[in-house]
Parts: sequence; C-alpha cells; structure tokens
Amino acid sequence: MAYSEKVLDHYENPRNVGGFGKEEEGVGTGMVGAPACGDVMKLQIKVGKDGVIEDAKFKTYGCGSAIASSSLVTEWVKGKTVDQALDIKNTQIAEELALPPVKIHCSILAEDAIKAAVADYKKKHTD
Amino acid sequence: MLKFPIYLDYSATTPVDPRVAEKMIPYLCEHFGNPASRSHAYGWEAEKAVEEARAEVAALVNADPKEIIWTSGATESNNLAIKGAAHFYKGKGKHVITLKTEHKAVLDTVRELERQGFDATYLDVKEDGLVDLDALKAAIRPDTVVVSIMFVNNEIGVIQPISEIGEICRERGVVFHVDAAQATGKVEIDLQKLKVDLMSFSAHKTYGPKGIGALYVRRKPRVRLEAQMHGGGHERGLRSGTLATHQIVGMGEAFRLAREEMAAENERVRQLRDRLADGFKDMEAVYVNGDVERRVPHNLNISFAYVEGESLIMAIKDVAVSSGSACTSASLEPSYVLRALGRNDELAHSSIRFSIGRFTTEEEIDYTIDLLRRKIDKLRELSPLWEMVQEGVDLNTVQWAAH
Repeated sequence: MAYSEKVLDHYENPRNVGGFGKEEEGVGTGMVGAPACGDVMKLQIKVGKDGVIEDAKFKTYGCGSAIASSSLVTEWVKGKTVDQALDIKNTQIAEELALPPVKIHCSILAEDAIKAAVADYKKKHTD
Repeated sequence: MLKFPIYLDYSATTPVDPRVAEKMIPYLCEHFGNPASRSHAYGWEAEKAVEEARAEVAALVNADPKEIIWTSGATESNNLAIKGAAHFYKGKGKHVITLKTEHKAVLDTVRELERQGFDATYLDVKEDGLVDLDALKAAIRPDTVVVSIMFVNNEIGVIQPISEIGEICRERGVVFHVDAAQATGKVEIDLQKLKVDLMSFSAHKTYGPKGIGALYVRRKPRVRLEAQMHGGGHERGLRSGTLATHQIVGMGEAFRLAREEMAAENERVRQLRDRLADGFKDMEAVYVNGDVERRVPHNLNISFAYVEGESLIMAIKDVAVSSGSACTSASLEPSYVLRALGRNDELAHSSIRFSIGRFTTEEEIDYTIDLLRRKIDKLRELSPLWEMVQEGVDLNTVQWAAH
C-alpha cells in the first residue's frame, strides 16, 4: 500500500501524543472506534476560559492513516473555539492526507473524535 | 552485510534456489522441445527431462511417478482435485467437508461446488488450530464424497493430523484431498503410509519457480477425477496443455534439493525461529497463535496485543512480513484463520506472521528482534488500549462505539 508523504510524516513523527487528566479543568475527552474494527482514537482538548482550544493530545490504536488523521486534528483544533472545531470535516482531513478510498473511515473517525471530545467538554461545562 | 528489507515471508513465496535456476535455463533456449513431440530428438529430450522431474517430485513424497500430474500450481491442483473428484463421484453423493482455516483456493472451490448444488460443511478448528477428529467423524454423511484438509496451515504453520484423517476417510469410503503447498520440504510426507487420495503441491513455496505445481492422484486404490481443463489430452487426459518444460525441470530440482537437505535445513530453521521467539519472550501481552509443538519450524505467528497489525508492518518496513490483519486489502477484516481459533478481533488485528527460510541468517533475526521491540514500545506509547490496560481497565467491559 502506498502512503502519502503527509501520512508518513505524521506516522513517523506524531504530534501531540499523550493525554491530560480527565478531570482537569477545561478538558474534554473523546474516545471513538472499537478494537474489533481495528481503530480506537482517544482525543483530548484543553479549553481556555475564553472558549478557545489551547492544547490537544491524542492516542490512537489503528493503521498509519488512523494515526496520521488523529495527529493532524490535534494540530488543527488548536487555536479554534470549540464550535469552530466542530466545523472540521472528514473530507478536509482526507484531502490534506491524500487518503485512498479504503482509508476514508480513518478521517471519519477523526471527525467523530473531535465531536466526542467537544461533547464531553460541553457536558462538563454547561453548569 | 544486511540486505533490506529483510525477507521473512517465506510462506508467501520463496526465492528460486540458484541451483534450481541454473538447471532450468538450458530448457528455455537450447532444449526447447515440446515434450509431446514424439517424432524427433527435441521432443524426446524434453520428455526425458519432464519424466526425471516427475520422478523427483514423486520421490519427495514416496509416491509412484505415474501418480503425479503437472498443473500450474497448488491453486489449480486444489481446483482439479476437489471439483474433479466431486464431479466424478456426484452419483454417490453431493456433500463436501473442509476446514474454516483452509486456504482460499480450497474454500472458494468448495463455495463454487455449493453454487453448483453441492452441500458443504466447513468445520471449526480447535483453539490450537488443529482439526477436531470427532467433529470430522460426526460430519461425514453417507453422501459425503470429498474431504479436503490442508497439511500445513499457511498462516499459523500448524500440522494437521493427516494420518488419522486418512484412516477415517478410507474407512468411510470418502475421497481425501490434502493441500500440501506449505508442507513440502518442511514435514516428512510418505504417501505409501498416508491414506491420502489426492495431494496438491506447489513449486514456489519450496525454492522452485512460480507457475508450476502438481497433483498426486492415487492409483491403488484408484481415484478418479473429471478433468477441468480440456485439450490435447496431456497428463493422461487429466490436465491438457503443453507442459512447461523449464518450470517442470525447476520443480523437480527444487523437490530433489528439498528431499536431500530437508533434515539439516529444518534443524537450522528451527533454531532461528526459536531465537526469534525467545527475543519476544519477556515482553508483555505477546501471544503465539496456533499450536506451538505441532507446527513447522519455519513459522512464528504472533500477536502483539494493543498494537494494530498494519501500523506495525508500516513501522517495521525494513522487514518483509505478513500481517494477519487483511487491512492491507480492502476488506478491513482481521484474519479469518485467527478468528477461527477463537482469537478476539483485537488480537487477530495485531498479528504478524514471520516465516523463515533457507537464506535467513542469525544476523537478520537479531536485527528483527531489536527493531520489533523498539517499534512495539513506540506504538504502545501511542495506543489508548495499552494505556487503559496499564490503568487496570478490562477492555472487554468497555462499551465500544463500533463503526
């Protein structure tokens, strides 16, 4: 299988690997996928008082495209408000990484991870 | 000096042994005759070479050369054996039995028979990958005509109890076919003792060329087949088509070398395989797939839990291996063989098949161990599953959002 250079770059040098404490102030955690499907992504965002995402971390079990997709979105969400982050679409991720059709599900999963992390953040911070 | 990528995929195919290639070359330009030409020396010398090769193939498995039919490879042999026997004996019944862990060349052939109106039973294997003999006995019906069970599994390298299965089939009067593509040169095959009726061989798994194989068809007691390829009546009408003399010569030489060198080679390969396995022994959450004892020395199929197979293969691109996960194809399905062992999907996704062979060196094994260990550590650092397990979470209790 031929991977694009961008996938290889993110795969070899993944950005923002790691995590925050789930109970830390301003942290939203999204975990999507299933081991049975061969992909699990954990994406965490750390949101400042102004509603802007200050930092993001990920861990991914999955193929190179899944790792690259989640690494990429940690870069993209930083500096965005949580609502702007929700505008990131899987098609943009797939385009940026030049994912082949069989790997589109990796970009969909990364979009789902953002949604899950934002939903978790909002749930914790509505009151 | 190491040559990259290091080839540890000998179960996919093997390089042609240089001694084999050398023997083949004169049959391309010089001795190019058609073995079926009876009227001149070109034909006679080609025919002689073909018959010598036939004798070599027969000698490796202790059969009569008259029982060996040339084909294009094990896939064709499997097709000819299973469809040929099922069609010939369909008056007796229309039921076929095979294993869930067979190669696709057998499974898809049986599927085709189903499409033609046959009935098929796909037997489960035990957790160690071996056939359950009681389940086989129970599955044989009065209308069963063919049982097809492989000698050595291509993914996990386990050796099926062919002798015992042969006894069962002979007693019940069922034709027994064995796909031995992965067995030649790795396990002793004695067709005077084994009650096998049909056996498929491939040259390229045993240091011969691709595109040539053979089918053993027992003469005593005689097994009948309906030809699947029609034409000039070559191979006693069972497989028409001009014989590929150079390929056949190559297969003969490859099987001769296998016969002469098998004992020493298997011992050397076993030591390398054990060295590789020992290299991973102290790692956490590493599992060998398939029975450890009843297995060819060439194979190590191993799951590194919490690491996904395709990303691991990508990480170890200096080593040419196969992943049990078929993610590399479009199916995104984990290996059907590992699933048949009852491995959960997560472990099935995380498996690597190392297959060692004639030209593998100790240095290559040591490099592979070191590379694997470093990359597994890195990927586990990246893995949320590994993190959860370290935190004491039982992954089976987690509600996953399947996608």
